Amino acid sequence: MDNSAQPESEAPQVSDTPRVQPRDAAYWAQRGTDLHVSAAPANAINLNVDGRRVVSPLQGFGKMWQKTYRIRLEGATVTPAEVIQTWKTNFPSFWPKGNHFYGPITGIAPGEVALLNLTTGGMPLSTGVLVLYADDESFTLMTPQGHMFAGWITFSSFMEGNCPIAQAQVLMRANDPIYEMGLTFGGHKQEDKFWRHTLHSVAAHFGADGPVTLQRVCVDRRRQWSNARNIWHNAAVRTALNTPSRWFRRGGTSAASTN
Amino acid sequence: MATQDPSVTVHVRYVTPAISVIDIEGEVTAFAETVLTNAYTAASTNSTKTIILNFAGLEYMNSSGIGLLVTLLIRMNRHKQRLFAFGLTDHYKHIFELTRLNEAIFIYDTEAEAVAAAQGA
Repeated sequence: MDNSAQPESEAPQVSDTPRVQPRDAAYWAQRGTDLHVSAAPANAINLNVDGRRVVSPLQGFGKMWQKTYRIRLEGATVTPAEVIQTWKTNFPSFWPKGNHFYGPITGIAPGEVALLNLTTGGMPLSTGVLVLYADDESFTLMTPQGHMFAGWITFSSFMEGNCPIAQAQVLMRANDPIYEMGLTFGGHKQEDKFWRHTLHSVAAHFGADGPVTLQRVCVDRRRQWSNARNIWHNAAVRTALNTPSRWFRRGGTSAASTN
Repeated sequence: MATQDPSVTVHVRYVTPAISVIDIEGEVTAFAETVLTNAYTAASTNSTKTIILNFAGLEYMNSSGIGLLVTLLIRMNRHKQRLFAFGLTDHYKHIFELTRLNEAIFIYDTEAEAVAAAQGA
């Protein structure tokens, strides 16, 4: 590394050679920022996804956090690519009970949209994610408007010495003031528990176990009050408001089928 | 100033006392964090108002790389600096739009346009 710091002003030469498609092109979602669910299972609640835009941490409301959960797959003889392939294939089964990930039949691939039916604080919540990026050793899910947080989660695996590591890294802000309050008063702990469970499940799949480490960094302590109106899309509120009508619809269907 | 790791090389230029350019060549992934952070530290002087990232030499970027740009942007906002970019191919422009970074990072086609915008702002 050359650390000689001296001011320079000349611009580097620009080549006229036509560019070839970059190596990462196949790994990124090739779509717009609006989400559409192509097919939803009959038992899934399909709310708060169709037509919603994905949101980065820059469009969120609350403090920005980067949380990195990591587990060592001690004793497992697998490559990072094998870990990620397994994680992609079995993604929903690694989650805590009561939470459902309805991914596309084609699996976790760039540009695909998955429905999430979660339970937060005893309440159902329907939202979704976009598979923003996926390669052999990592994949990233990006959230839409109304989700608890604005941002993305990257799942990756790599070697640390001879030991494979499984990692989930979240870069996020709470999407609106309600979620920010929820995260502050127990939501972060709940999220930590969620991803600890997931990483333990991944490790158990490979016959490994051990502690999940968490590194939490507050990237930005400021709240973005200009984005407080994100509350309009709040998926928890909308799912709760929709619950009575969904219940009646199901009741009607059930009654009709029995007649 | 030039810094590098096996996959990415950055080069800092001081266009004016208020404008610095960071030329990025190679791969922007999680492994670029230290290099990019050092480059930002070098590019950011007491008088720096705008930092311009030159992506003309960008060969590969993954989602961790996008995350690095987000955290860099937050750090710059804290110092009341603006982040501009140029030299993005259509592919990387699409990624900036998809991740909605284009709403916070000012994107230009050429360095001349970026510098002119920085001077005019």
